[in-house]
Amino acid sequence: MREFRIFVQKEFFHIFRDRWTTLILLVLPVLMIILFGFGITTEIKNTKFAIYDTVKDEATRGITNKLETSEYFTFERYLQSPDEIEKLFREGQIGFVVVFGDERIQLIADGTDPNTASTLSNYATVLINSYMQEQSSELRATTAARGIITESRLLYNPTLKSAYNIVPGIMGMILMLICALMTSVSIAREKELGTMEVLLVSPMKPLLIILSKLVPYFTISIINYITILLLSVYILKVPIAGSLVLLTGLSLLFIFVSLMLGTLISTMVERQIIALLISGMVLMMPAVFLSGLMFPIESMPKVLQWISHILPVKWFIIAVRNVMIKGLGFDSIIREVAILSGMGLVILMASIKKFKYRLE
Amino acid sequence: MAVSLSCNNIEKSFGKVSALKNITFEVNRGEIFGVIGPDGAGKSTLFRILTTLLLADKGSATVDGFDVVKDYREIRNIVGYMPGKFSLYQDLTVEENLRIFATLFKTTIQENYHLIKDIYSQIEPFKKRMAGALSGGMKQKLALSCALIHKPTVLFLDEPTTGIDPVSRRELWEMLRKLKYQGITIIVSTPYMDEASLCDRIALIQNGEFLKIDTPHSITQSFSKKLFSVKGKNMGSLLNKLREMPGVVTCFAFGDSHHVTAEFDHGPDGPITPESLRNKLNAVGEEELEISLIEPNIEDCFMDLIAGNRQN
Amino acid sequence: MKVIEVENLTKRFGSFTAVDNISFSVERGEIFGFLGANGAGKTTAMRMLCGLLKPTSGKGVVAGYDINRQSEKIKASIGYMSQKFALYEDLKVWENIRLYAGIYGVPEAEAKERTEVLLEELGFKEERETFVKSLPLGWRQKLAFSVSIFHNPGIVFLDEPTGGVDPITRRQFWEMIYKASERGITIFVTTHYMDEAEYCDRVSIMVDGRIDALDTPRALKREFSASSMDEVFRKLARKATKNGL
Repeated sequence: MREFRIFVQKEFFHIFRDRWTTLILLVLPVLMIILFGFGITTEIKNTKFAIYDTVKDEATRGITNKLETSEYFTFERYLQSPDEIEKLFREGQIGFVVVFGDERIQLIADGTDPNTASTLSNYATVLINSYMQEQSSELRATTAARGIITESRLLYNPTLKSAYNIVPGIMGMILMLICALMTSVSIAREKELGTMEVLLVSPMKPLLIILSKLVPYFTISIINYITILLLSVYILKVPIAGSLVLLTGLSLLFIFVSLMLGTLISTMVERQIIALLISGMVLMMPAVFLSGLMFPIESMPKVLQWISHILPVKWFIIAVRNVMIKGLGFDSIIREVAILSGMGLVILMASIKKFKYRLE
Repeated sequence: MAVSLSCNNIEKSFGKVSALKNITFEVNRGEIFGVIGPDGAGKSTLFRILTTLLLADKGSATVDGFDVVKDYREIRNIVGYMPGKFSLYQDLTVEENLRIFATLFKTTIQENYHLIKDIYSQIEPFKKRMAGALSGGMKQKLALSCALIHKPTVLFLDEPTTGIDPVSRRELWEMLRKLKYQGITIIVSTPYMDEASLCDRIALIQNGEFLKIDTPHSITQSFSKKLFSVKGKNMGSLLNKLREMPGVVTCFAFGDSHHVTAEFDHGPDGPITPESLRNKLNAVGEEELEISLIEPNIEDCFMDLIAGNRQN
Repeated sequence: MKVIEVENLTKRFGSFTAVDNISFSVERGEIFGFLGANGAGKTTAMRMLCGLLKPTSGKGVVAGYDINRQSEKIKASIGYMSQKFALYEDLKVWENIRLYAGIYGVPEAEAKERTEVLLEELGFKEERETFVKSLPLGWRQKLAFSVSIFHNPGIVFLDEPTGGVDPITRRQFWEMIYKASERGITIFVTTHYMDEAEYCDRVSIMVDGRIDALDTPRALKREFSASSMDEVFRKLARKATKNGL
């Protein structure tokens, strides 16, 4: 056990003596949550908007004018019927539509990108409010009675708010990054340095060497898991709707699968750069796409959707959404847990089979 | 004398490239055995087979009586190995590196300190320094300490002196001498021919083949040609003139003189002697000549062997 | 004519002085051996001469250009070859030649013609389409040297060009160096083979960042009453104090 302890310690030295590695491993999750959570696109200029006006009085024209003359928005056209709204969104021609009804003013934004949508409606709301402030009290009374209701109509993922989308995605990406990428790179590094040869020509069991590599990344994953949960609850205000124990169990399962993936990759490659590329391209990129951070899975081509089935991260994200966001119980994720466990076992077996106690 | 390592008809190919051809040799306990040849000759492949890292295509080998294929676990307990491209953990200190390797072999620095004392004491003042900040010579000393810390019975050093300056090289060889007297068998490879004389026995290797296995002395004794050292005022033109001379087999620059080989038996104008060479060179305008018949060194022998191979 | 002239050149990294106030000059066509123990400061000095590193203080002129201000011009007028990196292994022989010709701005038509001449001279006609990685090391180094002087530089810097090369090829390599020097190319070379130090016109030996000896091999051997350059080197290096730090 002494040798195991010292080897684990050695791995921690490798990580914490490199300022950049430390920084990336511990600060990256925080950074990602903040970046994605508060929207990367904060600056909005020249967004096109359309008006569907059933009232056509002085106030609605005034508001239209106010929006049109602002530096943020460009007036596109008046709509003839509400049916046009969805068509315009689908074509991606406009950012939002203002609907003037008798009872209320409605803002409908394109929810494909929830962050942009919420920023747009915030801006528009501010402008409409300020218009009303400028008007006579009489007019204000009539307009205020209507009230403004902003509604982000999300055409593709109607039930999701942005932060809800982001947390499971980031969690999947970070755990994948730390476990699979860092593990495979650190083993490849030993091969590149030539130290792997010496480690192999020693009485230490190769399995123990690999295990000692896994422990530090496992530890860091747990720290990151806790960080992400704290950030999402206290900063993004996304509460853990379901059972924390279930969520943690699920995450441990995913960490295990990712560690095994990293080990498998490292048995196949000789160089750090290749390990990095494989983990990055084959594991990380899909994680980014499938997390819903960029595109909803449903809008992807069928082929890609099929390919996405073999990625552990997809099932993890679905399961986290069910437990953490929707607050569902174990029943809801039986399928995902079964798939992840199966994958973990297969990968474990493959990496044991591929593991070489010689150089070839 | 007990046999420490034996290697029988080992062959190894990588794809179409034949890396080792029919390698057979034995090393006795406590011997320093040098495998000498240029880069790419197959030295590292041979070392990897003997340290159980690669499997040979053909042939067999034993280290301390253990088979390199069947008993690889036992061999891994008893050998020390320093690979050619080996670099220590640059981001760990000198002491941490040593401790890692001691741990790897289930021992501690304290337990075997006496083994490495001579070598390690030179770098011990810098034990808190990162290995990456050491100079080449110091790194090699640390690497050697790491390979020795578990008291191996057979030590494999793959090009420990490559890229190291002549002074550090000499120091390293002095250390190997001392280890030999502790009964450790040392198999060492090097591209530097001048290091051959520091080994008990050597194998000259080129293109995956052993050209010769013997003591350095026997190898130089078996040199089949006459060897002259020739100096002159204009070394450049001297080289060309010598090569054109009948009876001269080869002529190469060798430090501050040229080494000229000639057949023992008659050339077209009778046997070449220092006097005959001098006369002929004077006749073609070479001046300030210093010519003498000399004993060959290992480099002469190696060059003669590979020049012969190239002609065939 | 002097092609390298260096005065009080110093390079410090933090509190560590890698190159300590060195001054020397090299004549056109000279073969200048630049020796020293590992860590003596050779690489740092060479990098400054090649315009890759700015000196902390001191001045120097290489190929007529100031090393402090005209490093780009220096890079265009020198050749460089090292043991560690010389050619792209995954490119074919002729592709490597043409690549370097391109980097140094040799016109296309001229490069094409001279590539063939070079292959002929080296006896590499058969290897034209061979990937560099499958050439024996010695051949590779010969090719690398030819490539490094393909653009007819005034000076070529060779960093341990013959490490690990077999003894015959090593000598053929030096014969190529002689030919280049006869063409007027100045050779600046580092090596760990002490017999190669004898082939140089002049040799400098660096110890602890300073040049402790600089002369012809013959004069150095006389000065240190040594029979070989190896002995000279050892006598000098023994003085090193911070060696290994």
